[in-house]
Amino acid sequence: MEKVKYRTYIFVWLGLVILTGITVSMAGMNLGRLSIVIVLAIAAIKSGLVLSYFMHLKYETGLLFKLMIPIVLAVLTIFIGLTFTDIAFR
Amino acid sequence: MTKNGVLEETHPIASFYEHQGKYHGIFAWILSTDHKRIGLLYFFSILLFFSVAVFFGFLMRLKLIAPGFALMKPQMYNALFTLHGIIQIFLVVIPAIPTIFGNFFLPIQIGARDMAFPRINLLSWWLYISGAIIVFLSLFTGGGPVDTGWTFYAPYSLRTTVNVPLAVFGVFVLGMSSILTGVNLVTTTHRLRAPGMSWFRLPLFVWGIYATAWVQILATPVIGITLVLIMLERYFGVGVFDPAKGGDPILYQHLFWIYSHPAVYIMILPAMGVISEVIPVFARKRIFGYKAIAFSSIAIASVGSLVWGHHMFVSGQSDLASVIFSLLTFLVAVPSAIKVFNWVATLYKGSIELKPPLLFALTFIFLFSIGGLTGLIQGALAVNMHLHGTYWVVGHFHYIIFGGMGFGFLAAIYYWFPKMFGKMYNWKRAVWGWLILFIGFNVLYFPMLILGWEGMPRRYYDYPPQFHTLHLISTIGSWILIAGLILIFFNLFQALRKGERAGDNPWGGATLEWQIPSPPPMNNFEKIPVVEKGPYEFQ
Amino acid sequence: METHQDDTGSKIGMWLFLLSEILLFGGLFLLYSSYRYKNPLDFHLAAWELNRVLGTLNTLVLITSSLCMALSIFFIQKGNRKLSALFLFATIFFGLLFLGVKYLEWTAKIEHGLYPNSPRLLGRSKGEVLFFSLYYSMTGLHGLHVLVGISILSVMLVLIMKGKINENRFVPLENSGLYWHLVDIIWIFLFPLFYLIT
Repeated sequence: MEKVKYRTYIFVWLGLVILTGITVSMAGMNLGRLSIVIVLAIAAIKSGLVLSYFMHLKYETGLLFKLMIPIVLAVLTIFIGLTFTDIAFR
Repeated sequence: MTKNGVLEETHPIASFYEHQGKYHGIFAWILSTDHKRIGLLYFFSILLFFSVAVFFGFLMRLKLIAPGFALMKPQMYNALFTLHGIIQIFLVVIPAIPTIFGNFFLPIQIGARDMAFPRINLLSWWLYISGAIIVFLSLFTGGGPVDTGWTFYAPYSLRTTVNVPLAVFGVFVLGMSSILTGVNLVTTTHRLRAPGMSWFRLPLFVWGIYATAWVQILATPVIGITLVLIMLERYFGVGVFDPAKGGDPILYQHLFWIYSHPAVYIMILPAMGVISEVIPVFARKRIFGYKAIAFSSIAIASVGSLVWGHHMFVSGQSDLASVIFSLLTFLVAVPSAIKVFNWVATLYKGSIELKPPLLFALTFIFLFSIGGLTGLIQGALAVNMHLHGTYWVVGHFHYIIFGGMGFGFLAAIYYWFPKMFGKMYNWKRAVWGWLILFIGFNVLYFPMLILGWEGMPRRYYDYPPQFHTLHLISTIGSWILIAGLILIFFNLFQALRKGERAGDNPWGGATLEWQIPSPPPMNNFEKIPVVEKGPYEFQ
Repeated sequence: METHQDDTGSKIGMWLFLLSEILLFGGLFLLYSSYRYKNPLDFHLAAWELNRVLGTLNTLVLITSSLCMALSIFFIQKGNRKLSALFLFATIFFGLLFLGVKYLEWTAKIEHGLYPNSPRLLGRSKGEVLFFSLYYSMTGLHGLHVLVGISILSVMLVLIMKGKINENRFVPLENSGLYWHLVDIIWIFLFPLFYLIT
């Protein structure tokens, strides 16, 4: 069993709360196109924290676990990306 | 029999049929979590639904025997082609090989006693049956049987008064069954391989099923959500596909085909896996290019998930998207061709025994090649303008689905029948069945390629007189095909009743299922084997 | 036939199922991206109708529920059934709180006449109608998953109290936790896409 201290979870939680605060205040600023990029990037970081620590992905061994998230991200990117070759170029 | 001079009583190990468990009678089957029993439950359910769909096809072809033939009203014809598609695609071809032969043989071929999640396996079958019941209920309730085509395109599917919601809900439930089966097959392959069964000693059938299972997990949810949105739109007016509310019907098509194109790879990859099993055994020669075939399964699953837009060349999607999808469509032919070349190379200088499994495997290669090449032709943009929505497409997909997966499925039955049932069928009748089926198949479907080329649209209940001759030939082909199917299944049924006892290894196969009794005992192996060689090492 | 306990296999199965859930929502994210691309201004306008305070509150509620979930598993591994059950109860409580806030938001919108097919909504621009279609579908599907998660966690709570989940056998709790965290992750994306794009 991996030796995660419960302190780690508290820190992750704090990180998530702080990132939430940042993302909410970012939304107040008007940065145009950049807003959505930053806001999604922060969401990705938050998800990464949940995946790695709360869901223990950081501590899992084996190729399969390491590949699961990259695979699903690749699939989503391709589905949305190829659809955009239609949507954005009509 | 004697052992060391001492007379021993022979205690044959009870087969999985004879095993006594917690339940009795029919419950011993429909509540069983044993992968072999579940495989057989699927086998008989799928054959039942297949027969219904073949009957619908028979009726459709009968209507089209002559122009103006008033066998049925147009609405009925629309319902028939819709249901023929729904049943064949979602109830038969997509599940068939993974749930019957994947369930029955994947655990045995990797040296395991069962799947990773036996209870989820049973749940998958119950979801399958529930989905089937829901689809059949939709025939008699709401506004009556669906008439949208199995593709349920918006906005028509949003407006037509027939029972779209129940039908799509049935398909949604079937999708859940498929996803769970995929989860089970992937986990089983990763976790339950016997000692020494490394990835590159796995039978190629396992590689085929494994690649398929990933597609089941990743692609099926997309059609799931799409069908949910159809229901939401019909019931609550959520307008994501309705142009009147700013929705885009072409986005429906994207979402629909994002699953439904990979779905055809769910159909064909397991069949290709069967061919990769059969050819080495009946050529008594190690398969040529094992790794190439294994990786090509992954390549087909991956690249095949990028080509869905080739169903939409005339939908109004952008030219850029069409060009990209056409290019990707041509690319996906490459790994399929690699398989065909490797199978043929395996046969070369092999010691060939043309027994029924090989007969069907060779026919697969022939018919699949025709289907694949016609696919390439319609994948060319300019040509597609003329061929989309015509009988050419109907001919193409029947060659590749029925000619490919269907004949692969029959090859699997002829190959594994003795193992599953402990009986052997009559070879001569099997060959006659093949001949009649093959002739009927080509008489039925080849004219469609010509009809489509000449402009005959698909899903039409009637046609102008110039198309009469080819339609008549095609209809007669349907009768011959059905006769072939009847002979094939009659032969198998007779074998079940009074076929000769089959030995443990009638074909001389080297994969693990041939090292255990026919039919297998409940827990497959007395002792989990330690694997020391590859799957195609013959003596 | 011996029954085998393969914890890693169980976990792999759960993860694979979660991948299918991600793709399920993925279809909706595809629609969101497409329609937002086509109607950027309308989406901005429509987002003003949403209550950012409640959205942020809900985000914090789910994040905290995830913390409690992780702690519940932490404590069962240490054999501390009481604390594990307590944190699991807290997780469920926060889940219900989330649903409560969601209910308030939805009823407020519906009272204002902003719901699918409402005359008031249909009078607005097409992009705004789409925004709300996606809002209701996506938060609705997400809410359904929260409800399912709460049900599963409640069953787990009973199993902990009965001792059927303990320091030697806690994979069902871990797997339920994985599901719950995924529900949190989906909201982590839904929140900015609907509430923070003004």
